[in-house]
Amino acid sequence: MSETWWSELWRYRELLFFFAARDIKVRYKQAALGAAWAVVQPLATMLVFTIFFGRIARIPSNGLPYPLFSFCGLAAWLYFASTVAYASNSLVSNSSMITKVYFPRVYLPTSSALGCLMDLAISGAVLAAMMIYYGVAPTPFVLLVPLLVVIMILLALGVGFVLAALNVRFRDVKHVVPFGLQLWLFATPIIYPLSYLPTEAQRLSMLNPMTGIVENLRAAVLGGGEFNWQAMGISAAISIAVFCVGLVYFRKVERNFADVV
Amino acid sequence: MQGPAVRVDHLTKRYEIGAAQRNTNVREHVTNLLTSVWRRRRPEVITVLDDLSFEIQPGEIVGIVGSNGAGKSTLLKILSRVTFPTAGEVHVSGRVASLLEVGTGFHDELTGRENIFLNGSILGMKTAQIKARFDEIVAYSGVEQFIDTPIKRYSSGMRMRLGFAVAAHLNPDVLIVDEVLAVGDAAFQRKCLKTMEGLRHGGRTVLFVSHNLGAVENLCSRAIWLQGGRIKLDGPAREVTKKYMSTNVDVVGGSVNLEAAAGRPGNGDMRFTRVEFLDAQGHIKNIIQAGDPLRIRFHYSAKKPLSNLTIGYRINSEFGMGVTESSTRLHDIVMPTIAAGDAYIDVDIPALNMMPGVYYFTAGVTTIGGPVHDTAENCLRMELLSGKVYGTGRVIDNTHGVAFFPQTWELEGVRVAAER
Repeated sequence: MSETWWSELWRYRELLFFFAARDIKVRYKQAALGAAWAVVQPLATMLVFTIFFGRIARIPSNGLPYPLFSFCGLAAWLYFASTVAYASNSLVSNSSMITKVYFPRVYLPTSSALGCLMDLAISGAVLAAMMIYYGVAPTPFVLLVPLLVVIMILLALGVGFVLAALNVRFRDVKHVVPFGLQLWLFATPIIYPLSYLPTEAQRLSMLNPMTGIVENLRAAVLGGGEFNWQAMGISAAISIAVFCVGLVYFRKVERNFADVV
Repeated sequence: MQGPAVRVDHLTKRYEIGAAQRNTNVREHVTNLLTSVWRRRRPEVITVLDDLSFEIQPGEIVGIVGSNGAGKSTLLKILSRVTFPTAGEVHVSGRVASLLEVGTGFHDELTGRENIFLNGSILGMKTAQIKARFDEIVAYSGVEQFIDTPIKRYSSGMRMRLGFAVAAHLNPDVLIVDEVLAVGDAAFQRKCLKTMEGLRHGGRTVLFVSHNLGAVENLCSRAIWLQGGRIKLDGPAREVTKKYMSTNVDVVGGSVNLEAAAGRPGNGDMRFTRVEFLDAQGHIKNIIQAGDPLRIRFHYSAKKPLSNLTIGYRINSEFGMGVTESSTRLHDIVMPTIAAGDAYIDVDIPALNMMPGVYYFTAGVTTIGGPVHDTAENCLRMELLSGKVYGTGRVIDNTHGVAFFPQTWELEGVRVAAER
């Protein structure tokens, strides 16, 4: 083969969009609620959080209305979690293709990141509606939102690549992922703001790359807090590292997928 | 294009069977690691391909034959880059398209149209290419009416036609095809074969795995016989398919002993013990001429009383093409409940109107709507000699086809020219 891995990726580039389009179409055709699901899930979760964490537990929310505060974090989290979940299962659920045809396997988990963007866009629209309702305007930092989303994508893909490759070999990965993501949700400042934690815990929390992403997305879009450059730097560095490691690992194990899956 | 289209160099593929290589879960994996440290048990390894080396030049159409498990599909998978060699090298030059399955990547919820694009893209076509050929693809598939319906509403035949339609419009330099033609009705198979023939004229390199030796013999210039992961024979297609076919049969002549049933399919409640070809007087007929009367006697042994049976046979040409098939069921014969023990059943053919040549005979017995009791595949080799086929002295052979029938030419409609 005279082609490099990269030029081959380029040659098959259209496949990425076909996979993403397929995932979106299938998800919306199959679900009774269809597009509504992208909205219902974060809204319902937000409702529950607002009642128990906002009202009853009275967790502060940086001066913002709690529903708005939590919905913003949830919208971002939902994108991250669903990308990781779909990506980690992408190889196994397409096993019949992997054993029959050659194409760059990496496009399967990658297409999850694209496919879930649609849901993110819809949640974003709902968020905008909520902001109008509560009369909260975005800050100038909102221009950094695309950058934050890119960092989140890199992180999700890095994690997704590793999990996808592991899942081919060890099927219990599929069960560990939802559980792990659940714990990760609580470890990330979504229900509570970062400032709610004691200072040492805050430092520890910033090692969680999602912290920098969620906190700054909230700060950029809703205000109610300082834009945390340090956290963003840490998140960016970790996410890029995770992406690179994930990709390298994936390429290394790719050869054996068809034999093991 | 310089150099061979396909070059295989000491290719070996081994699989570890047992826990080590298949998918598992973490608990099992840890357990296995611990026990292997304890028992020092090396994982069992099977060698599916063993030091294969061959070259295929651009423009060759090569058939790959062999019994199941010989390694044919694994070879194709490696050539398609779906899996990788354990040792050795493989080089394929030019654009490769693999058809290891028809309709790879099809998703039920998507329409035929959407699936054409998805499937085409997976097989390596560009969107622009697919768009340009879209109408042709749809026309070829014959599902125009339903092209915007989700394929979960399609019959399996429609799905296959759609899948093959996309594949037929690929434009690869090297096409690799694995028994996709084994499925589908006769009309569809004919269409596929025609397409493959078209590819041959296009000067493309084709690798074709099939059990349909007739197709292999007609389409391929060369055939490779794989057995046990090694090349048993590599040469002109005709020669290889002939040799391959003949090794499955041991006996020539009018009678074959079938008592050794080991490995024969069927649950064994009833087994053929002998098949005989008899003439009108009931003697064994060793020499059969085209057009002869023939009585076939199936000796069997039943373990217990069996009811609702159908007994039948099939005659295949030398190259595996089916010539005729018949059974008691097709003749609406309701078999009585047969007693346990040894007996026989006859079928009487007034005239065996097949062209001279070599044929292979398969016998089978099944309970209607129930299990297969015995299948003796290609158990008897029939050599049909030339006879007075049309009642004339002319010599006819199998270039005149496979069958002939009694007929007369009537000249009454012909206008005779006036004598000069």
